[in-house]
Amino acid sequence: MDSALIPEGVKRCSFGKFAIWLVIVGAVLLWGVFAMLLCWFKGLNQTNMNDAYGFALWIWADLAVIALGGGAFFTGLLRYVFGKDELKNILNYAVLIGFICYSSALLILAIDVGQPLRAWFIFWHANVHSMLTEVAFCLSCYFAVLTIEYIPLILENRQIDRVPFFHNLSHNMHGIMVIFAATGAFLSFFHQGSLGGTPAVLFGRPFAYREGVLIWPWTFFLFTWSAAACGPCFTILITWITEKISGKKLVKQEVIRLLAKIAGWMLATYVVAKIIDTWYWAAVTAPSKGFGIMDFYADNPVYGIWILILEVGICGVIPAIILITKTGRKYSFLLILAVFLAVLGVCLNRWVMVLQVMAVPVLTFETWFMYFPSWQELATTILPVAYGIILIMISYRYLPIFPQERQMEEEKHVSIFV
Amino acid sequence: MFPFSFEWAWDMGHMVFMGGLWYALSIIGLGMTYCLIMAAVDTAKGKGSH
Repeated sequence: MDSALIPEGVKRCSFGKFAIWLVIVGAVLLWGVFAMLLCWFKGLNQTNMNDAYGFALWIWADLAVIALGGGAFFTGLLRYVFGKDELKNILNYAVLIGFICYSSALLILAIDVGQPLRAWFIFWHANVHSMLTEVAFCLSCYFAVLTIEYIPLILENRQIDRVPFFHNLSHNMHGIMVIFAATGAFLSFFHQGSLGGTPAVLFGRPFAYREGVLIWPWTFFLFTWSAAACGPCFTILITWITEKISGKKLVKQEVIRLLAKIAGWMLATYVVAKIIDTWYWAAVTAPSKGFGIMDFYADNPVYGIWILILEVGICGVIPAIILITKTGRKYSFLLILAVFLAVLGVCLNRWVMVLQVMAVPVLTFETWFMYFPSWQELATTILPVAYGIILIMISYRYLPIFPQERQMEEEKHVSIFV
Repeated sequence: MFPFSFEWAWDMGHMVFMGGLWYALSIIGLGMTYCLIMAAVDTAKGKGSH
């Protein structure tokens, strides 16, 4: 039915099967849209946010998808600026994942802002003393860059590419993509960093507060670093899931291993920096504010010292060791386990820096603030996941996302008959 | 965002923040304008016809 739109030389499932899955995931999407409309029309009383939790589940999801979308800027930087040409075979998918992550982040912010009609105030009446203003600027501009990086992919659809103007536009956009990729890396460095800097400048909250250099707390650099390390891991993980669902190899193992190796070294150096930062905070910064480290991990039903061990040890040290060793990257099981742990680790880090920060009591007469999101918050957090799955389904079906797919299918076909 | 906004001040904060924003927007805008013009020129020359 839609075979004229499917890239040449590759196989896709029947349109009926595709449509059924689209309807199933679309139903989840509509549930999220319903919750989103409730928040827009009835207001933020639809959430369980309160005076203690001005940032809630949404902002964690926002920070997590921004970190996971970091694969786009870092892979683009490696391909276009550092000349790692092999990565062109996974870059399209990294861009698509980045596009989904950043559009999701903006959607979440549009729900969270409370009065979406005034969202433009942050640009027009910018508070130049706020790190979040910089985040808003860089997020919006970087989303524009990701859109520019995604457009040539759409234009390469079999039917659209037949139109000479679109063919030429795609060709010319590829020609200067290095400028957009470098701009994207510049914007990502600052908004990832400022997201990390925001909790760390809260000197009234010793759990989050960090020292730093000039106006930048150490977490400014740690957030950018972790996004550059774990974003590519997320790209590898989603590629692996797509391969499992489609039942075929889409990217050659050498390409995956190269990206995993670079991500591994980024993760290893990040973990060392994170351990030093945590040690200095526990030994010097927090005590200088009158707190011992265990004050942040006791007397509450959820946040024990286990969360620190899980984040830095199990989801930091272990995946880093696996990814930097040749043996670790050689075995698919170990490689996928490592990227999964790295992704979990960065999500956990954002959870700690957003939600645990809100939970920790600051004044002597306070107790821990516990919070559970409302169903509207859960639905609107799941909404971007459903949207992402749908966009991946459509892009995978109709666009040449994986340049090696056709060649790998031909090789497989030949090997069967030889 | 613009010097004619009532809260605008010619201080370092505004120059760095707004300078960065306009720098990024200019690259994005000029880059896309270049691509669109070149695509129109190439099409007019008959390039890209299948």
